[in-house]
Amino acid sequence: MPVLVYIETQEQEIKKSSLEVASYGRAIADAKDTILIAVCFGLSDTSLLSHYGIDKIYSVSSGEESNFNSDRYSSTLQEIAKSEAVDILIVSGSANGRFLGPLVAAKFEATYFSNVIGLPKSYSPLEVKRSCFTNKAFTHSISNKEKVVLSLSSNSYGIHEKSVESEQLTSAYSNSSFNLEVVSEEKSSDKVSIADADVVVSGGRGLKGPENWHLIEDLAAVLGAATACSKPVSDMGWRPHSEHVGQTGKPVASNLYIAIGVSGAIQHLAGINSSKVKVVINNDPEAPFFKAADYGIVGDAFEVVPELTSKLRALKEV
Amino acid sequence: MKVLVCISSVPDTTSKINFVDENKAFDSQGVTYIINPNDEFGLTRAVWLQQKQGAKVTVAAVGDASCEPILRKCLAIGADNAVRIDSIPYDGFFVASQLAAYAEGEAFDLIITGRESIDYNGGMVGGMLANHLNMPYLANCIHLEIEQETVHLQREIDGGKENSKGSFPIVIGAQKGLVEEKDLIIPNMRGIMQARQKSLEVLNPTNAEPSSLVQSYEKPPAKGPVKLVDPNNIDQLIDLLQNEANAL
Ligand SMILES: Cc1cc2nc3c(=O)[nH]c(=O)nc-3n(C[C@H](O)[C@H](O)[C@H](O)COP(=O)(O)OP(=O)(O)OC[C@H]3O[C@@H](n4cnc5c(N)ncnc54)[C@H](O)[C@@H]3O)c2cc1C
Ligand SMILES: Nc1ncnc2c1ncn2[C@@H]1O[C@H](COP(=O)(O)O)[C@@H](O)[C@H]1O
Repeated sequence: MPVLVYIETQEQEIKKSSLEVASYGRAIADAKDTILIAVCFGLSDTSLLSHYGIDKIYSVSSGEESNFNSDRYSSTLQEIAKSEAVDILIVSGSANGRFLGPLVAAKFEATYFSNVIGLPKSYSPLEVKRSCFTNKAFTHSISNKEKVVLSLSSNSYGIHEKSVESEQLTSAYSNSSFNLEVVSEEKSSDKVSIADADVVVSGGRGLKGPENWHLIEDLAAVLGAATACSKPVSDMGWRPHSEHVGQTGKPVASNLYIAIGVSGAIQHLAGINSSKVKVVINNDPEAPFFKAADYGIVGDAFEVVPELTSKLRALKEV
Repeated sequence: MKVLVCISSVPDTTSKINFVDENKAFDSQGVTYIINPNDEFGLTRAVWLQQKQGAKVTVAAVGDASCEPILRKCLAIGADNAVRIDSIPYDGFFVASQLAAYAEGEAFDLIITGRESIDYNGGMVGGMLANHLNMPYLANCIHLEIEQETVHLQREIDGGKENSKGSFPIVIGAQKGLVEEKDLIIPNMRGIMQARQKSLEVLNPTNAEPSSLVQSYEKPPAKGPVKLVDPNNIDQLIDLLQNEANAL
């Protein structure tokens, strides 16, 4: 039975996390010897999807409504999945992906697994590995139902190209009977978001005050990175809450995570542990972060960071 | 106005996560349980609705008797009454089915779940519960204001915020931002005393099947030691990141 992926877009661009989902879906479709179907909403140019192994592309025109609508999106996905006799539906680990996952699963009468890592170990019954206890452990879980909805952990599988002939189709946009509508979006436009970033530069209380955040921002700018912070930093209002990462903040699964003046409390580490490479800069050699990091500098952030930034800048310029 | 806050009892954030029974069960020995942090933000918001708008706040948990101290704590924080559905919470789908069976007859205007539980991290009970009850759901909710018949809501999205409006009944997934950390209510003596008098009702579970089964748990492999670089040799760090870690 076919595999279906939800392709998320942002201003007519396919999100990286969705290309990862497509690559992952392709591998599952190959393992099951079936086709891979993609569904996207309001995307005018879908040609890129042919390079990521999508056999059938459903474009859904959301008409006047350009905003994300969880009820209408989940119903549409469910209807297409049903008509195509899909048994595995995959969303990304983005905010919208995780929003849709349980809604689609409930409508589709499917089992829902979030934070999925790696390809299923078996297909009947379906067995997946997923992270739990905020990255402190994994479970191997089995579905009791024929159909499943998976939310793939961001940055856990990678993006793999595969060119195929894609069939283009359109599908109707389902209605909603709910009185809940999006009125506006406030994007912090010029910045990379933590969820989409390859590199995250994070600052803790060791930076002493918000006036020193140019250290973090300059380094982030050179690396094209998102900026993040520890919980007390956002609680004290040095930085916005949207930058708070950790167990009670945002999860981070970037390729590179640079922590500056962050002690590495268990709740902080829990949220950032699935980042691939972790670097810590801290003047206390006993800081717990050194036990969790791959690379570290025991030193004063106010000296080390500007030098690191200028060396990296020089490197990028050649 | 009737508000339901769904409460998950979870290991304290500093708990060591270990497994027993050939990695088939969580080792709860020596573990302190707390109100799931996301649910605590939701509960505080609900108590404000009680204080300002006269809402009646019920807390509910699916669990065995071991979660009663957590429910008592919710009562001490300010909830009016508590309900415990007497069953092991097998999985998110099962929990949502139980909560739905209870909420069905209660006509709640607002149901608050947490964005996710910090143990299972399903992020699923709220959405599934909403679907069971045919109510709309808003995930990652960081703002809720009521203006006559209209509910103004805000959701955290990747790289920003999204504003929406709707009306009751609705289910939301609470997280920090809905109220601030400093606003969390710490139970005082009076609250704790009053909580003893409040109702904590135990209900039988409804017939429902879990949708999944945990076969086993696994811990991440132990990490190798950190590679320390001299602060006077930043070039070495850049070299390692470029050529060893492939991270630049
Ligand atoms: C229920 C609960 C949930 C929590 N959730 C989270 C969460 O999600 N995320 C989170 O981050 N925290 C969380 N915390 C808080 C956590 O326990 C720590 O208090 C917090 O992470 C510490 O933040 P910090 O590292 O910025 O500050 P500190 O612990 O004060 O560390 C500052 C560090 O900076 C270093 N430093 C000082 N000066 C310099 C300098 N000049 N150069 C270099 N280094 C310097 C110090 O050596 C120190 O290690 C939670 C706590 C609880 C109880
Ligand atoms: N056993 C439970 N009893 C009551 N509510 C629960 C239970 N488990 C989870 N919830 C609620 O559902 C939310 C999301 O949980 P989860 O889907 O497990 O991430 C939690 O924040 C709680 O509000």
